Amino acid sequence: MSDSDFDTIRKLQAERNAASAGKKGSKTFDPSNQRTDVSTKASLTESFDTTLYERDSSDKFAGYNTSIAVADGDDDDAEEDTSRRLVGQYTASKEQMNEFAHGNGVEEEDILLGREKSARIADRETDYQKRRLDRVLTPTRADAFAANRQAGASEDGESYREIMARRELEREEDRVRKAIEEKTANGDVVHHKATLVKEGSGSPSDKENKESGSTEAAAAGRKRKKRWDVGTDSADSATATTDAKTKRSRWDQTPAPGAASVDQTPRKRSRWDQAPAATPMGNQGLVTPMHPSQMGGPVLPTAFGTDISQRNAPWSDEDLDMMLPSEGYKILDPPPGYAPIRTVSQKMMATPTPAGGAAGFGGFMMQDPDSGRALGKQLPTEIPGVGDLQFFKAEDMAYFGKLTDGSDENAMSVEELKERKIMRLLLKVKNGTPPMRKTALRQLTDNAKQFGAGPLFNQILPLLMEKTLEDQERHLLVKVIDRVLYKLDELVRPYVHKILVVIEPLLIDQDYYARVEGREIISNLSKAAGLAHMISTMRPDIDHVDEYVRNTTARAFAVVASALGIPALLPFLRAVCRSKRSWQARHTGVKIVQQIPILMGCAVLPHLKGLVDCIGGNLNDDQTKVRTVTSLAIAALAEAANPYGIESFDEILNPLWTGARKQRGKGLAGFLKAVGYIIPLMDEEYANYYTSQIMEILLREFSSPDEEMKKVVLKVVSQCAGTDGVTAGYLKEHVLDEFFKSFWVRRMALDKRNYRQVVETTVDLGQKVGVGEIVERIVNNLKDESEAYRKMTVETVEKVVASLGAASIGERLETRLIDGILHSFQEQSVEDIVMLNGFGTVVNALGTRCKDYLPQIVSTILWRLNNKSATVRQQAADLISRIAMVMKQCGEDALMGKLGIVLYEYLGEEYPEVLGSILGALRSIVTVVGISQMQPPIKDLLPRLTPILRNRHEKVQENTIDLVGRIADRGPESVNAREWMRICFELLDMLKAHKKGIRRAANNTFGFIAKAIGPQDVLATLLNNLRVQERQSRVCTAVAIGIVAETCAPFTVLPALMNEYRVPELNVQNGVLKSLSFLFEYIGEMAKDYVYAVTPLLEDALIDRDQVHRQTAASVVKHVALGVVGLGCEDAMLHLLNLLYPNLFETSPHVIDRIIEAIDAIRMAVGPGLTMNYVWAGLFHPARKVRQPYWRLYNDCYVQSADAIVPYYPNLDDERMDRPELAIVI
Amino acid sequence: MADKLRAQQQLEQLQTRFVGTGHADTTRFEWSSNIQRDSFASYVGHPPLLSYMAIGMGECREKVRGAMIEVG
Repeated sequence: MSDSDFDTIRKLQAERNAASAGKKGSKTFDPSNQRTDVSTKASLTESFDTTLYERDSSDKFAGYNTSIAVADGDDDDAEEDTSRRLVGQYTASKEQMNEFAHGNGVEEEDILLGREKSARIADRETDYQKRRLDRVLTPTRADAFAANRQAGASEDGESYREIMARRELEREEDRVRKAIEEKTANGDVVHHKATLVKEGSGSPSDKENKESGSTEAAAAGRKRKKRWDVGTDSADSATATTDAKTKRSRWDQTPAPGAASVDQTPRKRSRWDQAPAATPMGNQGLVTPMHPSQMGGPVLPTAFGTDISQRNAPWSDEDLDMMLPSEGYKILDPPPGYAPIRTVSQKMMATPTPAGGAAGFGGFMMQDPDSGRALGKQLPTEIPGVGDLQFFKAEDMAYFGKLTDGSDENAMSVEELKERKIMRLLLKVKNGTPPMRKTALRQLTDNAKQFGAGPLFNQILPLLMEKTLEDQERHLLVKVIDRVLYKLDELVRPYVHKILVVIEPLLIDQDYYARVEGREIISNLSKAAGLAHMISTMRPDIDHVDEYVRNTTARAFAVVASALGIPALLPFLRAVCRSKRSWQARHTGVKIVQQIPILMGCAVLPHLKGLVDCIGGNLNDDQTKVRTVTSLAIAALAEAANPYGIESFDEILNPLWTGARKQRGKGLAGFLKAVGYIIPLMDEEYANYYTSQIMEILLREFSSPDEEMKKVVLKVVSQCAGTDGVTAGYLKEHVLDEFFKSFWVRRMALDKRNYRQVVETTVDLGQKVGVGEIVERIVNNLKDESEAYRKMTVETVEKVVASLGAASIGERLETRLIDGILHSFQEQSVEDIVMLNGFGTVVNALGTRCKDYLPQIVSTILWRLNNKSATVRQQAADLISRIAMVMKQCGEDALMGKLGIVLYEYLGEEYPEVLGSILGALRSIVTVVGISQMQPPIKDLLPRLTPILRNRHEKVQENTIDLVGRIADRGPESVNAREWMRICFELLDMLKAHKKGIRRAANNTFGFIAKAIGPQDVLATLLNNLRVQERQSRVCTAVAIGIVAETCAPFTVLPALMNEYRVPELNVQNGVLKSLSFLFEYIGEMAKDYVYAVTPLLEDALIDRDQVHRQTAASVVKHVALGVVGLGCEDAMLHLLNLLYPNLFETSPHVIDRIIEAIDAIRMAVGPGLTMNYVWAGLFHPARKVRQPYWRLYNDCYVQSADAIVPYYPNLDDERMDRPELAIVI
Repeated sequence: MADKLRAQQQLEQLQTRFVGTGHADTTRFEWSSNIQRDSFASYVGHPPLLSYMAIGMGECREKVRGAMIEVG
């Protein structure tokens, strides 16, 4: 790199700086603090630097949320802290947070951005997941296992036999439907097609009929079968219609009280029958068979209307006259026969309150519960007896409308009252504010047994089936179920299936936490209901016609297995997997076995043999689907068992390998996957043998166009390559050529998933065959024209080199590699961390071998540092920090000096991210060359850093404080004291940074500076800072004082600090106490010399009127006491204990916690015997208020030193309290 | 309310872990029997102390130990 180059770059840079400086006036209006600097005096805090150096950007806070208050863990004086925040702030910058939102490198997800934002669960569900809405809440089931059946609960409900019969019927229907469809497709005209298609098509109403009453349905089914078998004449279709009619009439005859009113609104009925939520009312089996929505449905509009009639009253003629122009318009007479609807109930029908989310209702409707005037106003946020809710949706009205009808509660029966009570509590939980929610949840839990399972679940479960449910609501309702389950225990049995219907969809939710929640509920459910009942409940779903139901059931079964133990479920699984009757059952059985290891991981190991035996036979199943899922299950088992358990797979090895030869397509993919997971478990020689057996298939499938197959093949190759038995020679000879030919093509780099797989597999192969082999083959791609392909290459090289080093890279290859990397680094159009990492790793791995290339690299960096684009500059600076170490090793000190100077001149950088990187680069240079050799000299560098300390950007702050701290630590003498003082002022601000690392670094730097220039000046600054208003900065100052005391010995600080306590100002005194607290925490045992000095101060503080005062003093006492344990200051401690003790009756949790802690600490110092003497007196005090804190102290002592208090228990005159052993004297 | 609830839960948890801990409603009888048990446990757990007591009682050490385990 020639000097002229440097000069050019520096010149360009100077121009840039001048240009950016021109944009800002130095002494005029400063946008960063909104002030015009008119003062002629030099401000101490706003130092000269602004005039010497231009501000680093016109708005240094751009892009930051300046309004966020700083708050972290320390909530000692809650009195002052007005915010109600319980947790600390997140410390990520805006950019970082948005990174995930906008998918930096996750382009695929961007498409879903709109969906992700929606809170409604239904909006982001896939079509498959939406199929949960097709399911219905099945009737309550009989509890066959109840030991002592409760009256009422026993006789109701469907028996297992009935359900199985119904499933049988469904299957038959499905079969017939399929047959007919086939027939139709073949051109045969079937006259009764319409009826049949309707029946089998799975429309909600139909389903409901199928699922609700089994005996009737069975009867109907028999008739229908006759229809299908016999005829095509029209008489039959007539029967069919009558049949349908009778069925409906059955609906109307249900004992539900709301049904009568339904008859009066026939239009609504059709809607209503279809509503999944409405199902439960169809069953005689329910304890309270009605869902509120049904009763509330017809009643609600009136109740509603009375509420809103004022606001929504029609405009009067006068109003309209006033509003509308009188000329040019004519008032028309209403058409003859028109009578305005006066009854509110009918009007309400027109509003889009979807009762239970009916499928066939209405047309398109824009519906926004928040903004719509019509809707929003009708919905009360105040429900009688509930209080103010957070929100109330239109849909909620269907469920909770009943609460607003204003009927007289005195006239109600106990059951009704109970129902209303539950409804109210549920509404509070679902829509209430957090405190309301909490108490309501508590009440629900506590009274669960009293309410009974029926009334509770009949209200909760339909809510969960609601289409417009949001995440939060679902979470809360699920929580209610969880709590209630716990209390109800086996009383839930009749409701298990219903609960499963609503909870199973959670198991396939996208949200991880929803899945976990679902698992938890199901496992609690199975513990409550017992295995036998779970099996009998879920058994009918195992060969359900709907694949969705089977899938979710399999997952639920796996959860049951993990909750109740695999051995308990194994006999059942074995039976299911060998079912002769339906392949669906086998498929589901195998799927259960597949889900178990996914859920439980290596916990399957003890039962591996049993599980494999279970499904082993299914590898040769007639059905392709069963074979495929079996191979996948074996893969999952082997993955979970890794690296153990090969002996369990012995049986299936042969079928698996021979099967792999026979299969094609998707089936083959599954088999290969299983093979891939089993090979790593094997011994060396077996692995080698079996790999060679399977390799020809793999090689054949290398050229498969199927994406899924490609993925599997890659995975299997990397698994094979990873095993010991497979040698490098074998791979080189048989695999590498084919592999690179089929997978290292540009096309693979374009798809993200393929890209990742190829890189991973190549790296895995590299582990065996060595770096040289891999790099040799791909190094040319570094100069490819496709950027994605270059990136893929760089990433592979980086990973291989990082794990294996660069020793096997020859000289020629080394040149090509560096050349290629430089080329791809320069050619990148989007700056990518991959390139940076790759470059850094390669350079670091080559070490001193890089010497020849360094000038070239540095020149690239310099040019890129001068680039217009900020990200390019940032990347260049980052690269410097990566390679600084190697430059030092290569002895390129001169080059580093030059780089240092260039970076130094770049400190005017306006983009904070870039500035942070530049500071980081400077820091790494300082680290490797040392303070004394640094170019530019430290005395020039540091003053330049002072204004940057004021930058609020986290990255900048972190890097600056690191650099400054390093200088303060290693070479404080290179800068004069005045400059250090100035830095101290700037550091004060940093004490309240968001990020803990920054605060810690700032505090440490205080210590270094205090050491360098003596504590007096620094301390004065800090003590002054104690007077500021802002709490956070006072706290940090207190910490800093503690640190200064620690580094410069306490006696330099303590006098000044104690003197400060004389200031008659609450904040200052508190600050002093807080600093003392930190001080004693830091100095630990040194405290023994200062105990007597601070005791009078503490005395004063502990008898202060102010609570916070005493609280803080207590924390000082705690730290002092813990410091002097065993050092002979017991008298002082006892004195402090006397002063502390009366505070025991404080009620504020913060205060009482500190007091108790302090007493505990003193117990450590003076021993439990003495302290417990204070406690005995109050343990059995008549007043509970006294007993409570005393027992707390006792418990603390008991937990920490139960053994030590044995000799000190009081001698009571009780006969039980006689302990003669202690009186033995020899 | 929330604090009370949490305190209650914490206490329950503590109690399941340490049987000897108490609360405002602990009876004197419960407390003193816990003290007795703890005392015996402590004697047995400190062999020198146990030997000392055995000598004082004029009994064999193992007998004393057994008796203490029996009683506690």
